[in-house]
Amino acid sequence: MKNRLKVLRAERDWTQADLASALDVSRQTVNAIETGKYDPSLPLAFSIARLFDRQIEEIFDDEE
Amino acid sequence: MNRNKEKSNEWEKRARVKTISLAIWTVLWVISVALAAFGHELFWGSNELINVLVILLNFGIGIGMIMANIKHLREMDEMLQKVHLEAMGISLGLAVVGGISYSMLDATNVIPFDAEISGVIVLIGLSYFISLLINLRRYK
Repeated sequence: MKNRLKVLRAERDWTQADLASALDVSRQTVNAIETGKYDPSLPLAFSIARLFDRQIEEIFDDEE
Repeated sequence: MNRNKEKSNEWEKRARVKTISLAIWTVLWVISVALAAFGHELFWGSNELINVLVILLNFGIGIGMIMANIKHLREMDEMLQKVHLEAMGISLGLAVVGGISYSMLDATNVIPFDAEISGVIVLIGLSYFISLLINLRRYK
């Protein structure tokens, strides 16, 4: 699944480690989500949306 | 972000504590296995009571190790849990399928030695480790 996580993170000048701490997950997980290799669960997707103050569909795109 | 960093440190600290706990339980279990397997030969001879007590101790420590493993797994985030659970599923499947094949090789005398449980344990360990490496690489 495509997503804008890397862009949103870069806008805030956060490292992957910063984002991982904010979401209470590992840095590997943030990296895997950013590269589209891992699709987060719904609760984690909501946490990401809340953190960036966006709607889920503004961050994640389920179209291939 | 500072609050997040503190939170991260806390999270990493919790994960580290669970990992160390699992390592301690595993070392204790290995020691108790060695004691149960070789203790009667090296120390107390054929004293049945001591043998039973040591085996019970080994079993109890084994339960502790399983609980530590569950806590360790629960401390992981969702992706790492998925990676570990998939590796566990593969190693369990291989243990059942490989174990039965190994046993049948012994029962039909295809192999000139007895099928020992240690062979299956080595298979479980290796398959878990290899699956874990492959899964972690997949999400890298």
